[in-house]
Amino acid sequence: MLLQLKNISFNRDNKQILDNINLQIDNNQFVAITGPNGSGKSTLAKIIMGIEKPDSGKILFNGQDITNFTITQRAQIGLGFAFQQPVKFKGLTVKNLIDIAAGKDLKLGDACEFLSQVGLCAKEYINREVDSNLSGGELKRIEIAMLTAKNSKLTIFDEPEAGIDLWSFNSLIQVFKTLSENYRNSLLIISHQERILNIADTIILLSDGKVSKIGSKDEVLPNILGISPSCKFKKEVIK
Amino acid sequence: MDILKKNLLRTIADIEETPLGAYNIRENGKSVGRNTTSNIDIVTKNDKPGIDIFVKENTKNESVHIPVILTESGLSDMVYNDFHIGKNSDVIIVAGCGIHNSSCKTSRHDGIHTFYLEENSKVKYIEKHYGEGEGTGKNVLNPQTIVYLKDGASLEMETLQIRGVDSSIRETTGFLDNNTNFIVKEKILTHDNQMAKTIFNVSLNGENSSTKVTSRSIAQNDSSQEFISNIEGNSKCFGHVECDAIIMDNSKVTAIPKIVANNINANLIHEAAIGKIANDQLIKLMSLGLTEKQAEEHIINGFLL
Repeated sequence: MLLQLKNISFNRDNKQILDNINLQIDNNQFVAITGPNGSGKSTLAKIIMGIEKPDSGKILFNGQDITNFTITQRAQIGLGFAFQQPVKFKGLTVKNLIDIAAGKDLKLGDACEFLSQVGLCAKEYINREVDSNLSGGELKRIEIAMLTAKNSKLTIFDEPEAGIDLWSFNSLIQVFKTLSENYRNSLLIISHQERILNIADTIILLSDGKVSKIGSKDEVLPNILGISPSCKFKKEVIK
Repeated sequence: MDILKKNLLRTIADIEETPLGAYNIRENGKSVGRNTTSNIDIVTKNDKPGIDIFVKENTKNESVHIPVILTESGLSDMVYNDFHIGKNSDVIIVAGCGIHNSSCKTSRHDGIHTFYLEENSKVKYIEKHYGEGEGTGKNVLNPQTIVYLKDGASLEMETLQIRGVDSSIRETTGFLDNNTNFIVKEKILTHDNQMAKTIFNVSLNGENSSTKVTSRSIAQNDSSQEFISNIEGNSKCFGHVECDAIIMDNSKVTAIPKIVANNINANLIHEAAIGKIANDQLIKLMSLGLTEKQAEEHIINGFLL
């Protein structure tokens, strides 16, 4: 068992955002969390990374209680987090951030490889500052390249598809496959995209701060789409 | 030259002894080393302290180093350096002042640099200021730069003041003719009780003249900074001023922008942002494995260097 959440609850402004969440992620497992807006998905991701603190409950990583670990400690033991809205830095270049993520001063060729995986020409980007001169899509791809460089045991992606165009989307799917199949890491991806949900081993459906269903795509997707698994025609129409 | 002086020279001019090309090294108010080339002459002024630097027409790929070091505490040094850059030349000029103050007396250097760039000439001007020393005496630097650009000329100026300067008032003035370009990149870090003030006055007088002034600064502890810019567009021109400051601890930063368009075709922009290090920047770097302190250092170094 890589990650275990035990009875995680989180309340803000008298609103129960997360209500007694229990779930687990195995080694080399690809898990997708989906659910309506406001169902608590991003909050849950932030709680796992230590960006938010739960009001109650426990988080175990490789059997170790990390509930009171800082963000840094969690990153150092093998957690990674790709932000939904990538952060901009005046003065820090793409190479600087990829080096920090990798934990070492990478050779140019190695850094380029991470950028190529997200469809960016390294020559054009490697020395550019990660600031507002880059488009939302470019920032997103750089964010994902950073997480590939970090090579965490468990990487959390918070809505990676947001701001990504169709062409990049194919690269994105490939990055997840690389992390999962080549690096044999676990992935926890928050997504609304059926194409991402389709490649997950397990889908968790969150609604009103509770886990309403956990299972394979065949078990969970019909619930999301609101149709029976046998009605292929209707499913195609919805697609 | 002793180690202390070598260190100062290395910090402000990236040199240890004598640089290649033309140079003039000023130490404690006196010239202690000079070299000229067939294209670049350096002449001591007769009427006031300082030098005239003459760069011949069509001089390319040459450099001039004119560092100043102050190691005698309590010295107040004032110098006027004039740069006469011939037509079509393309040179690098490295200036700067390093102070080592080991007493309780104030050491002060005021440098007034005036650039006269003839038609189609190009200069990259790098200026670094640095102070150190175990004494309680203040290190004071007040550099003034005045730039005259004739048709087709361009000057790119990089100034760096990182640590150790207790008080500085930096004034930069530009007068731009047709088809000229004046770029300024300023970086300042103040700490403790230091004060830094920078004033930019640029007159975009000629058709197609342009300027871009970028100031990035960090104020730590109880230090204070003031940024004043005044860009006047007097013809079809483009001016862009950008002031970005990070405030930390109990520091204070003031930014006073002024852009004046005196011509319908003047296009002027001013952007100013002051704030502490953004929390999401710290969180992002911590999520990559850095401690909060390391994350802060990376952000500061990236911002300034």
